[in-house]
Amino acid sequence: MLGYATRRLLALIPTLLAASLLVFLFVHLIPGDPAAVLLGDTATPEEVEALTREMGLNAPLYLQYLYWLGNVLQGDLGTSIFFGAPVLSVIADGAETSILLAVMTMVWIVILGVPIGVVSATRHGTWVDQVASGGAMLFASVPTFWLGLYLILIFSVSLGWLPSSGYPSISDDGGLANLRYLLLPSFTLAAPNAALIIRLVRASMLDVQREDHVRTARAKGLAPWKVATKHVFRNALIAVAAAFGFTFAALVSEAVVTETVFSLPGIGRLVVQSILRRDYPVIQGVILIIVVLYMVINLLVDLAYAWLDPRVSLK
Amino acid sequence: MTPNATIQWFATGRRIFRGRWLATLGLAWLVLVVLAAVFAPLIVPFDPLEIDPVARLTEPGAAHFFGTDHFGRDTFSRSIYGARMAIVIGLGSVLVALLVGGLTGMISAYFTRLGAFLMRVVDVLMAFPALLLALVLMTLLERSVMNTVLVIGIVYATTTARILFGMTLKLKNEVFIDAAVCSGAGHASILFRHILPNLISPLLVQASFIFAFAQLQAAALDFLGLGLPPEVPSWGNMLSESRIYVTRAPWLLLFPGALIILSVFSMNLVGDALRDSIDPRFKNDIKGV
Repeated sequence: MLGYATRRLLALIPTLLAASLLVFLFVHLIPGDPAAVLLGDTATPEEVEALTREMGLNAPLYLQYLYWLGNVLQGDLGTSIFFGAPVLSVIADGAETSILLAVMTMVWIVILGVPIGVVSATRHGTWVDQVASGGAMLFASVPTFWLGLYLILIFSVSLGWLPSSGYPSISDDGGLANLRYLLLPSFTLAAPNAALIIRLVRASMLDVQREDHVRTARAKGLAPWKVATKHVFRNALIAVAAAFGFTFAALVSEAVVTETVFSLPGIGRLVVQSILRRDYPVIQGVILIIVVLYMVINLLVDLAYAWLDPRVSLK
Repeated sequence: MTPNATIQWFATGRRIFRGRWLATLGLAWLVLVVLAAVFAPLIVPFDPLEIDPVARLTEPGAAHFFGTDHFGRDTFSRSIYGARMAIVIGLGSVLVALLVGGLTGMISAYFTRLGAFLMRVVDVLMAFPALLLALVLMTLLERSVMNTVLVIGIVYATTTARILFGMTLKLKNEVFIDAAVCSGAGHASILFRHILPNLISPLLVQASFIFAFAQLQAAALDFLGLGLPPEVPSWGNMLSESRIYVTRAPWLLLFPGALIILSVFSMNLVGDALRDSIDPRFKNDIKGV
């Protein structure tokens, strides 16, 4: 297990370096002088020249990359054109919203996805299963922003139960009650992902049901619900745990859309606005952080997977 | 197509869709969408770009089946033309993804040294969440139909490359490939005449899912203002524009949204049916060749 973990950790390094190289090159791929691009349209030629010198843009590309990487490793992601503040602090401002949104979304996914998937698998082939599976596929086919706009229309405009946009920090007035601002967004974000988890729980439970140890458990006269929970469900959970890396990627992608629909001050909306504002240092910084986070989560998921199912690391 | 081949096609179709009434309905819907896309100019009662300030935000009725938008443009006519965009985006993305990703995967598995490098590149690209990669690529490019298709295609080329890499690797060790090598077949002949025909079925399944995902990605890009140019009548753009008028004109949200959902849902159902019919057979195919 330790050997496996070390191997995986070492394998991560070249991929990380390559990904960081891509993120670095992003600014150089934009047509125009990188320093002028980074400073925005309002920059004077003197400022451009100063930044060119500071960034070492006259140096060969590989030296520039090393210099940039050194800064990144020290937590310096550059300065936002729009805010005039360090990129890292701009991103940190959106972190609370995005992290809480992610946590609440995960709660929705687990409380919706897992039970429905289990019921669907234990009632395999019945109308219950058909409705659950069909419904899951239907929800996976809905554009996130469309669902969000409809939820606003129903729960905010017609019923007036929940706020339609924005999110005041829980450290502001209202405290934890402010989380109600995230109820609709987190459900919107959860729906298509819960649909995937339903399908996954169902498929992996059906797979496990065919295995020998389940037949043995049944043969020795164990109650069906005990077989389902202790022998089938626990093994099926392994596959679900493995899907969380994938779910994270989907969450990041859809959070960009959802935060825009609900005007949440999170990192997803920051990406979209930075793209529309041509605030390249922020785009670069957010993408770098998300990619690194994604890789680390994938590694943790794989390690958890190997730990839960020892057969994996032996391969 | 010879009569015999036609009969075979129908037989295969029946085998895949028999007993799957929902998937059959999905297929019927997709045929309808294609027909609407092809015959759009004959179907529409109004020019989809025609502005009529007097008829702004008209409710759905006899004159305007789906109502009108804030410029007084006929939503029904725009929806029909939207089917065209949906097909273009779907087929275009599938084509790019299968060509770029498929070739990368096959070549990587066949020429292992080059493959080791190419698959690392794929790994790195897969470290970027799909929509984020699409967003980044779109910032470097202009908003156009062509670029949207390219970007979505490239995003899904990575998963396609992974899948085909694995399958080609397996096929490469089959006896019939050894036989082809012994009979003096060249690399190109082995790749395209001996390996590729065995990959058609999984490619078809992959294509159906890419087609469905591409619709959702394109709609999301349109919504964020980074997809098709705003004047193009696509379902995503229609939704994006109607956002501000949602409370006054909910039909602007209902119809294009329902069209996207029905189309993606149908394609997913058809894809599932295809996969179920192909999966168990796929192994036999390899052995039986």
